[in-house]
Amino acid sequence: AVVSTQSTGEVVAGISEIRNIITVLSGKGGVGKSTTVAVLAGTLASSGLSVGVLDADLCGPSLSRMIGLKGSIHSCEQGWLPLSASVGKGRISAVSLSFLVENQDEAVIWRGPKKTAMIKQFLSDVCWGALDYLLIDTPPGTSDEHMTIMEAIPNCSVVLVTSPQAVAAADVLRQVTFCKKTNANVLGIIETMSGFVCPNCSDCGLLFGKGGGKRLAEYCNIEFLGYVPIDPNLSRLLDRGELFKNFQSSASIQSYTEITKKLIKP
Amino acid sequence: MSMHCGYLFKRSFRRLLSSQNNKGLPRKFPLAGVKNVILVASGKGGVGKSTVATNLAIALSKWCSVGLLDADVFGPSIPLMMNVREVPEINHQKLILPPINYNVKCMSMGLLVDPSSPVVWRGLMVMQAIRKLLRGVLWGPLDLLIVDMPPGTGDTQLSITQEIPVTGVVLVTTPQAVALADCIKGAEMFGKVSLPILGLIENMSFFSCPFCSVKHHLYGSTPLSELVAGTAADVPVLAQLPMEPSVVRDCDKGSPSVIDNPHIGLVFDSVAERLLLHLDLESET
Repeated sequence: AVVSTQSTGEVVAGISEIRNIITVLSGKGGVGKSTTVAVLAGTLASSGLSVGVLDADLCGPSLSRMIGLKGSIHSCEQGWLPLSASVGKGRISAVSLSFLVENQDEAVIWRGPKKTAMIKQFLSDVCWGALDYLLIDTPPGTSDEHMTIMEAIPNCSVVLVTSPQAVAAADVLRQVTFCKKTNANVLGIIETMSGFVCPNCSDCGLLFGKGGGKRLAEYCNIEFLGYVPIDPNLSRLLDRGELFKNFQSSASIQSYTEITKKLIKP
Repeated sequence: MSMHCGYLFKRSFRRLLSSQNNKGLPRKFPLAGVKNVILVASGKGGVGKSTVATNLAIALSKWCSVGLLDADVFGPSIPLMMNVREVPEINHQKLILPPINYNVKCMSMGLLVDPSSPVVWRGLMVMQAIRKLLRGVLWGPLDLLIVDMPPGTGDTQLSITQEIPVTGVVLVTTPQAVALADCIKGAEMFGKVSLPILGLIENMSFFSCPFCSVKHHLYGSTPLSELVAGTAADVPVLAQLPMEPSVVRDCDKGSPSVIDNPHIGLVFDSVAERLLLHLDLESET
């Protein structure tokens, strides 16, 4: 279903009326950026806030699958209307390239200029309205997508995600430098995949180690927002697109809830 | 961002841009002295491409001469994983001499820039950098160049597949649905440019608890062959790798597991033997 994004019924295109925009970056692939965006959106919306999510990972748009949204974007006179999903008592507006392509399995093989143009359209032509929060999911790296977002949103707020591994932390360190050069407002670092509690014996195995993200935060003088453990139940929910239907059933949601409290503190 | 090597953007490489076929795409020219090229790719980030590429390169180096190109200019992991730190030298022909460790020639953007400096480049610069890492490096003589690809289906993938002839692609994925979806997209992309997919490697297949030894399939237990059946990635599964903390630690300390871990060594030896069947090691280049 599509929804008008303002209570007055007036539809406004672009991001100008959004109160808070948070871009989730990493530099490293596969550390849980999309997962973080999906779960943070869910925790924010569950608390009664109006939330939007934008998937800027055009080649690998995972977000729509994770939040269980399929469909086509429709347009009105003012622009494109996002799709929406309900979570608890709240709703989340979402935009992804997957809503614009006919075949979900088809590869999007685009060079930089095309990606830049698409992201600019997502930011200017979508009727986001007066959301409390817009969360932006990004691909790994520091290329066209990231520069386009930073140029469109001056002093953009950023949350960095890393796994505990040194190879991940090395990429995120570069991302920190990128944020400083683009005058981004880094809200903090989240360390994902931090420990696995065995459902059988309840002991905690450190598959990828622990503490790499915290050490990085201390090294860069950035707030450490928290650890998120490996959670097979969360992975299953995301794979099946059932996250918002069973939002409170996953243990790692509590970790994200604590992180959300730090992000929305006044 | 500051570069150690200012020659990277010399206009002389623009002559390569003028080699056009009738469709306006550059003609593919083999790398001088390199007989075979295998891409290790996925589509999805963080599934273990660099880990696989590193261990595979070392396993194959027992049978033939191997080079390892880190084509991920934004997140270059190979210097750390292969424990290669030195800034490369340049010969009298102004070609970069790739450092060698574990009997494998290595090259990465990570050897050319400060570790904390991000590579903040749009697509055109990425294309130029990839060309430099391909043709500005003295790779030959070499039986096999393994290319560790970045995630995605964008500029780097297009640049490499349009620039040089490639023997085939090894796809790496985890059993996670989002990873598989991107892996299939990657396979589709390579299919569109007529590159054969030589096989799949399933990483993070399961995790054995070190305390109670119970196996956990963190991303589901359906066989990968069933998950990719009927898709562009419907190719033989070459190996299933478990999630092992020791492999993670080995990557982080630059001591690839294939060297000292007998089980991992056997797995990659098996993959290497199957890939050798696809290589042309006889012809002169």
